[in-house]
Amino acid sequence: MTEDMLRTPLYDEHLALGARIVPFAGWDMPVQYAGIIEEHKAVRASAGVFDVCHMAEFRIFGPGALEALQTIVTNDLEKIAELGAALYTVMCDEDGGIIDDLIVYHTGDLEYLIIANASNRQTDWDWITSHLPDGLEAVDESDRTGLIALQGPKAIEIISELAGDDFELPERFHIAEAVLGGDLPVLLARTGYTGEDGVEILCHESHAVRVWRLLLSFAEVSPCGLGARDTLRLEMGYPLYGSDMDRGVDPISAGLGWVVPKTKSGYIGAEAIARIRERGVERKLVGLIVADGVPRHEYPVLHEGTEVGKVASGTFSPTLGHGIATAYVPVDLSAPGTELVVAIRKKESAATVVRPPFVKQTSLSALTS
Amino acid sequence: MYPKDLKYDKEHEWVKVDGDIAIIGISDFAQEQLGEVVYVDLPAVGDEIIAGESFGEVESVKSVSELFSPLSGDIVEVNEMLGDAPETVNEDCYGDGWMVKIKMADAAQTDDLMSADEYEAFVAEEA
Repeated sequence: MTEDMLRTPLYDEHLALGARIVPFAGWDMPVQYAGIIEEHKAVRASAGVFDVCHMAEFRIFGPGALEALQTIVTNDLEKIAELGAALYTVMCDEDGGIIDDLIVYHTGDLEYLIIANASNRQTDWDWITSHLPDGLEAVDESDRTGLIALQGPKAIEIISELAGDDFELPERFHIAEAVLGGDLPVLLARTGYTGEDGVEILCHESHAVRVWRLLLSFAEVSPCGLGARDTLRLEMGYPLYGSDMDRGVDPISAGLGWVVPKTKSGYIGAEAIARIRERGVERKLVGLIVADGVPRHEYPVLHEGTEVGKVASGTFSPTLGHGIATAYVPVDLSAPGTELVVAIRKKESAATVVRPPFVKQTSLSALTS
Repeated sequence: MYPKDLKYDKEHEWVKVDGDIAIIGISDFAQEQLGEVVYVDLPAVGDEIIAGESFGEVESVKSVSELFSPLSGDIVEVNEMLGDAPETVNEDCYGDGWMVKIKMADAAQTDDLMSADEYEAFVAEEA
């Protein structure tokens, strides 16, 4: 079963820490160590470290890099004209279907770094490179890049200590070069997928084990698996590609209109998305608070006994102590406060439409408010 | 890990017999495999459960597992505490984390269950 599975440079570290390994997007990845809820709470209260080396990194550079990428992504890269700035975006096909969601970092003069989902690495690479003009360089750096996330209210204090007194930490959604522990060159991106303040650390894959061990040398830091990563991101209402969006969904329906500025045109999918905006969407991704039981992907969502949608992402919220979900529902049932039902196998559980995030108070909300 | 005074089945439930009453729960191996339990769905007092058939569910963050009854009988008590504190199943699976008490329909069914030693060997093979 597990032959041909890919392994990150940290695979042996996970085994040594007693992780439970599961297949994910072709990779053998840790789903949990001490337990999903325990790890989740460690990130909300202190700090957690995540192996996300499986994610894809592409570097695009050369004269015309900005103009070329502007035609590929929906968000406006003029917002990251400043060196070191980063931007969340999607890229769409001609029909406005979402190919992937990405973070684009402005890492150098005429140079951009893109971090994309592991499951879409090949699709994204083929799409991006087939839409780049001649003369522009694109490099898939995924294999040689380690990516480790340190997230939680204590993350910044820890990373500051490791980066040294003279280091000025990047602002939220910025990236900067740093040296950790005196001799480990890294890029520190102040981004993440947990709703907590923290960094995503890019390093050479040969340094990943040393970075990982350095972070875990702090008593405040717990190793966290994909299980906690999923519960943390869903508490914030952050979408997951493959569950909350895919090629069959446009960014407006997915609630990602904010990464598709109306002022921008000329990118792939722009005309389709403008038409969708004009016409209005039929379905919308909403948040659901579920009273009883754990909603899961594909469970039916009902209104007055009729199925009106399916759960996109669903889990048990360790912070709130009940089920939370996202689901695509008809627009007339998408207003916050609307009462729906989720069919949880044989049981029907009351569900209320809410506007995510499900968890409002985090170290990140404290930072940005 | 597998108390000697209990009996076990292949679905990883344990049974403690006390006269014609049997207490049923899940084994340490089962709770470990599940991870942190967040919901336990149990039948009501008076319901009849049948050996080999599903009588409830245990859910963790990542998975749902059905509970299969090792014995037939009528439910005389359910562990109400698991409604508010499902994590008790992880913390004390053989004690406060018990699931149901039944009045056995046929006490001879317990003869088909495994001893602690037999169950331990069975788990070792499964793992």
